[in-house]
Amino acid sequence: MTISADQTAQQPAQHAAQQDAASEAVRKFGITVEDYMLPARHQIQMVGPDGTLNPHTEQGTQPGHEYTLPSDAELLAAYEQLVVGRRVNDQNSALVRQGRMAVYPSSHGQEACQVAAALCLADGDWMFPTYRDSVAVMARGVDPVQTMTLFRGDWHGGYDPSKHKVGIQCTPLTTQLLHGVGVAHAAKLRGEDTVVLAMCGDGATSEGDFHEALNFAAVFHLPVVFFVQNNQYAISVPLAHQSVAPSLAHKAVGYGMAGERVDGNDVVALLAVLGRAVKLAREGSGPLLVEAHTYRMQAHTNADDATRYRQDSEVAEWVAKDPLSRMTTYLTDRGLLDDDRAARIADKAEAVATQLREGLSEEVPVEPQDLFKYVFSTPTPQLKEQSAMLADELARDAASTATASTAKGSGK
Amino acid sequence: MSPTITTSSEANGNVSAATARAAAKAASAAEQTGPQTITLAKALNTAMADAMHADESVLVFGEDVGMLGGVFRITDGLTKTFGQSRCFDTPLAESGIVGMAVGMAMNGMRPVIEMQFDAFAYPAFEQIVSHVAKMHNRTKGAVKLPMVIRVPYAGGIGGVEHHCDSSEAYYAHTAGLKVFTPATVADGYRMLREAIDSDDPVMFMEPKKLYWSKDQVDLDALRAEHAANTERGTSSEGRAAVARPGTDATLIAYGPSVPTALAAAAAAAEEGRSLEVIDVRSIVPFDDETVCASVRKTGRAVVIAEAHGFASVASEIVARVQERCFHHLAAPIRRVTGFDVPYPAPKLEHYYLPGVDRILDAVDDLQWED
Repeated sequence: MTISADQTAQQPAQHAAQQDAASEAVRKFGITVEDYMLPARHQIQMVGPDGTLNPHTEQGTQPGHEYTLPSDAELLAAYEQLVVGRRVNDQNSALVRQGRMAVYPSSHGQEACQVAAALCLADGDWMFPTYRDSVAVMARGVDPVQTMTLFRGDWHGGYDPSKHKVGIQCTPLTTQLLHGVGVAHAAKLRGEDTVVLAMCGDGATSEGDFHEALNFAAVFHLPVVFFVQNNQYAISVPLAHQSVAPSLAHKAVGYGMAGERVDGNDVVALLAVLGRAVKLAREGSGPLLVEAHTYRMQAHTNADDATRYRQDSEVAEWVAKDPLSRMTTYLTDRGLLDDDRAARIADKAEAVATQLREGLSEEVPVEPQDLFKYVFSTPTPQLKEQSAMLADELARDAASTATASTAKGSGK
Repeated sequence: MSPTITTSSEANGNVSAATARAAAKAASAAEQTGPQTITLAKALNTAMADAMHADESVLVFGEDVGMLGGVFRITDGLTKTFGQSRCFDTPLAESGIVGMAVGMAMNGMRPVIEMQFDAFAYPAFEQIVSHVAKMHNRTKGAVKLPMVIRVPYAGGIGGVEHHCDSSEAYYAHTAGLKVFTPATVADGYRMLREAIDSDDPVMFMEPKKLYWSKDQVDLDALRAEHAANTERGTSSEGRAAVARPGTDATLIAYGPSVPTALAAAAAAAEEGRSLEVIDVRSIVPFDDETVCASVRKTGRAVVIAEAHGFASVASEIVARVQERCFHHLAAPIRRVTGFDVPYPAPKLEHYYLPGVDRILDAVDDLQWED
C-alpha cells in the first residue's frame, strides 16, 4: 500500500478547479453549478407504468442531466434479477408466516431499486445495505440462505462483508452510510478506483448520520453514491412528516453535490441514473445523491399492520406502477423476451426459492460457545471464565438428562 | 514525581541488546537517546508518530488535530511530518468521525481518532456501541476493526461544563470494547502503541489533568520494549501494575486517580501505614489476578476513581474483588469516588474529586481495631 502525501484530504476550494462533471456541464451547457447540482425538474423515467418507452423529450432529462438507454444485455440481466427478487420477497414472507423465519422486511414493489443497486457496481466496488435490502445483497452475489441468517435468528449476520464487498445489513438508520464513506476514503488514499453505493430510505434522511455522511463524503470529495429509496413510509409515518424539502434529491445541493430523482419502479431509468452516478464518482467527480420514488407494497414487517395508516386505494395506485409487470411488457414488446426465456428465468427464480425453503427449513444447531468466541479477537480472561461456566452448566444438564433417561430405562 | 511502575512486560525479562539497538535505530523520530524528562502529552504524541512511521495504514484524524495539533497538542507536528493524508482535520461531527473510522478500518486502515473532550464523544455513542463494539462479533470475526478512539477525560483542570466527564463506565459496560487508561508518562507511550497494535477497537481514555505531568523516561528503551514484545507476541496489555508496593492495605486506582492514590500512600507511610497502590491500567480486559493478589496479601482495599460511584467501574472492581477475596478480607472494601452529581463547576470541583484526605479517611475506616 502506498499513501502519498499529495493524496490529501482536499480542501473544498480545490474542487472548483477540478475538471469534474460539474465544471464540464457548466462549460458545455452554459448552466450554473447550482443547476447542475439540483435535480432535474422532473424525475427521470424511461419506461412508463404501461411498459412503453417514453419519447426522449419526455424522460425528464435536461442539459447536464442526460441519460442513455442501457444495453439489451443489461436490461435482460436486470429483468432476470427482478423476477428472482420478486420470488425471493414472496418466498421469504411465506416462510415468516409459516414460522420458519423470525421476521422479514420485504422489498416487494421495490425490486427495481434493489436490482439496479447491485448491477450498477463493478466487482471491486462496495455496497452498504439496510435491513430491507436483502434482494440487493443477493443480487450482488451473496448466498440467499447466508443473507437470511440475520432474519432466521441464528446470528446477527450470516455473510462475510469483506468477501462480497457488501456491508453487513444495517438496522440503525444511516449509520452504515458513514461506514461507506470510510471505505471510500481508505480506497481513495490508496489510489484505488473503488466506488461505494450507500443505501437508505426516506425516513432515514431525518437521521443525523445522513447529514454527517453526505457532508463528510462531499468535503473529502469521495466516490460515494448515496441511494435513497423513497418508499413513502417510515413504518407508519409518511414522507410529509419527515421532510418538507422540494424532494430528497434537493438535499444534495446543500452539501455541494449533485442530486437526481428517478422513477424507482422503472429499472431502465434506475440503471441509467445509477450507472452514470457510479461512473462519475469513479472518474473523480465526488459523491452524488440519487432519490428513487417507489412504494413499500407490503407492511413494514410481518409485525406491522399497514391498514392502520394507509388506504387500500393508495396501494392499488401503486400496483398499477409495478416494476416487474412494466418490464415484462416492455421487453416482450421489444421482442427481447419470449416464452422460452421467460420460462428459463422463472425456473431460475424457483431454484432460488427452493434453496431458501430448504435452507431455512433445516434446523441448524446453534453453538453456545460462539457467544464468547467473537467478542474480541482473543477472549478476555473474564469471557473465558464465563465460557467455562456455561460449558459446565451444559455438561451438568447433559449428565442429568443422561441419568434421567438411564433411570427411566432401568425402571422399565 | 511518578515512581517507576513495574509492568509485566518489564518483569518478563530483559530485551536483548541487539533487538534494543535495532528498534532504536528504526525509530527515526528519535532525536535524543537515553532518559529524558517529557510530558504525558509528548509520550502520546511520540507513540502516534512511531506507529505512523512503522505502519502506513495508521491514520490520525479528528477535530483540530491537523495544523493546530489538537486542542491539547497531542497530535502536534503529525500533519507536518506525515502529510494531510495521514493526519487531517474532519468536519465537526463526532458520529461522522467514528463512523468513517469504522469504514476505514473495514478497508485496511488503522485509524487513531480523537474525540476532543469526553462529553463531546456522546454524539458518536451510537456508532461506538452499535458498530465499533459489535462488528467483530456479528461477522464472526470476518471483519476486524483495529481502531483507537482517544478520549481526553476526567476533571481536575478547572474546565467548563461538558469538559470534565469521567465517561469510562459507558464504554466498559459495552461488550466488545477494550478500555485502556494510562496514568504514567511511560504508559502513555507503551499503552498507546499497544492500543494501535490491537486488532480490536480500543477506547483510549487519556486523563487530561495528567497531560502535562512529567517523568524521566527512556523513549528508546520503550521502543525497544515494544519491538521485543511485538517479536515475542507479548505485551503489557490487560495487565495492572503495582505502582507502589505495600503491606497493610491496597489502594486500587486508575488514570487520573493513580497520582492521588500514590500521594495518599506517601502520606500514610509517614503515619506508619504501608499502602500498596495498584494502577489498573486496563479497565477492559480487567486484571483480576494482579488486583486480587494484592488484596489477598494486604486483606484490605479501597477503590479510588473520579467517576460517580453509582453503577461505576469502581463498583465493578469492589464486586469482583469481594467475590474472589472474601475470606482474605479483614474489612469491607471501600470506594472513594466522585459524588453522584453532574460534574461540578470549576470552583466546586475540589469538593467533588477524591483527594488524599478522603482516601486516608476511608483507609482509617478499614476496621484496624480487629
